[in-house]
Amino acid sequence: MEKILITIYEEDVAPRFDLSSVVFIASLNDKRETIERKTIVLTSASPEELCHMILSQGITHLICGGIEDEFYQYLNWKKVEIIDSVIGHYEEVLDLFLKGRLEQGTNLMFQKTQG
Amino acid sequence: MAEIEESKACWPIDHLRMDIREIIDGIPVGVALISPDLRIHAINRAMESLTGFNRKEAYGVPCRYIMRNNLCPIGCPARKILEKEDQISTEGDIINLARQKVPVIINLSPLKDHDGKPIGVIETVEDISLVREFDQKIQGPSSYHNIIGHSPQMEEIFKTLQLISQTDSSVLITGETGTGKDLVAEAIHISSMRAKGPFIKINCGALPENLLESELFGHKRGAFTGAVEDKQGRFRMANNGTIYLTEIGDLPLSLQVKLLTFLDDKEFYPLGSNKPVKSDARVIAATHRDLNKMVRQGTFREDLKFRLKVIRIELPPLRERGDDVRLLMNHFLQHFSKKFNKQIKGFSLNSIPIMLNYTYPGNVRELRNIVEFAVNLCQDEVIHPENLPSYLHESVTMGVPVTDNPANTSSNTSTPLMYRESLYKATSHFDWEKIERQMIAEALAQSRGNRTGSAKLLGWGRATFYRKLKKYKLG
Repeated sequence: MEKILITIYEEDVAPRFDLSSVVFIASLNDKRETIERKTIVLTSASPEELCHMILSQGITHLICGGIEDEFYQYLNWKKVEIIDSVIGHYEEVLDLFLKGRLEQGTNLMFQKTQG
Repeated sequence: MAEIEESKACWPIDHLRMDIREIIDGIPVGVALISPDLRIHAINRAMESLTGFNRKEAYGVPCRYIMRNNLCPIGCPARKILEKEDQISTEGDIINLARQKVPVIINLSPLKDHDGKPIGVIETVEDISLVREFDQKIQGPSSYHNIIGHSPQMEEIFKTLQLISQTDSSVLITGETGTGKDLVAEAIHISSMRAKGPFIKINCGALPENLLESELFGHKRGAFTGAVEDKQGRFRMANNGTIYLTEIGDLPLSLQVKLLTFLDDKEFYPLGSNKPVKSDARVIAATHRDLNKMVRQGTFREDLKFRLKVIRIELPPLRERGDDVRLLMNHFLQHFSKKFNKQIKGFSLNSIPIMLNYTYPGNVRELRNIVEFAVNLCQDEVIHPENLPSYLHESVTMGVPVTDNPANTSSNTSTPLMYRESLYKATSHFDWEKIERQMIAEALAQSRGNRTGSAKLLGWGRATFYRKLKKYKLG
């Protein structure tokens, strides 16, 4: 079973993993349909506690904004698939993930510039 | 003119965009122009290399996703600029696209229209990682195990400690209360060959003579009433390790002889035993008393003093350690901010002189308590003078140090609040109720919420303390 954790800030993916105190967790069934959704508010922002939660909750995919290499490598080593530097509303990001189109650096707030 | 009029209707900087891009590209630090809705309008080349985002990717994106600054989630500095503040300059860190955390200095200023109304923010971000690295190199060792200091006296002590760790001689640590004697003793043990052995600490002033002898050297069953079984004693427990005797000046004369014998022969007789017991323990002793004076008074054996002070470390009082006060202030601030989950960045400019002008009769321990108190009370991002204990203001405003004899402060520091109370009472122009309330809060903070301990610190009975708690609604 896939379990996705998105670090969130207000309604968007949190800009930084280490400073996130709210997380959204979605559990998927074999058909990749969401069977459970929950939002957890942590008592404080701590990257170590987040890592512990990711491992203890059996998270398979982490979607986040900026993440320090130390935590990226650690979670990667623990077989958690990480899609980082994601910018956008967390529901839209989840939707894109479920369609298999979310990748590292996806920017849903991108605006075309004249320059 | 027509262009200027038109520019008032929208964000005027749009009309200058190309020019401004050329201008900001020439600046060697990262520059971002942020629109009033906190989105990136433009970034320069230096900002591109600092964050890893190119200007096309960054355009129109909320700035927190591009800067990824640690200040964003706790109080957006750009929003503060737009709302009220003129300029913000602070240290922080960013996480770039390469997943590196980079220490930076951030400056934000408002961009204003012809009427002085803010229409955007200009932000500069400077990478200071090289400066940090260089600082560490030139400053050399600033700590030894848990002891922190940059002052020449402390650097000298760090060098001595490195040498001491390679020897096995007895050490005598002297210094005023709160200067860090226990930390030094632990550091010597941890860095010595005996690190894998036990570190046994005992306070020679904490027990009556008979109990202390039994505690130090052990006893045989039946040695005295209540000795129902053999006790091995701390010296035997410290075998192959270190025994640390604090307040050695309080050791009774009879036990001084026994300690002397141990230092000579590495063996001792437990109470009620005829058989000597051997123990290979290194002795580290510490005292805040003047042993030379005690020898003259006949309360401390001179031969023991000489045997103990094979190596002597004299810890300087904090008031003689110069910039270390600042260093320790910041160290304890970080420590307690983290501990209490607060985002306090530093001390305000007017609180720093108050902290630096104080004489710290209780030395590092007192400084630590003051910072802990201030962090507890602080509701802002910086510590203001009103967050500091009121007696610090007294020492500045009255123009007198809180202690008139800092070198001999044991009585002051043992009952600091009682001493301060007399000081407060001498100043009739102060609001006594406010001061009393503050003192109770301080006492509670110092004794970590223990009411009996707080009452004792204040020199009040429990009933008085509870009555006052009720009076000031602190209960």
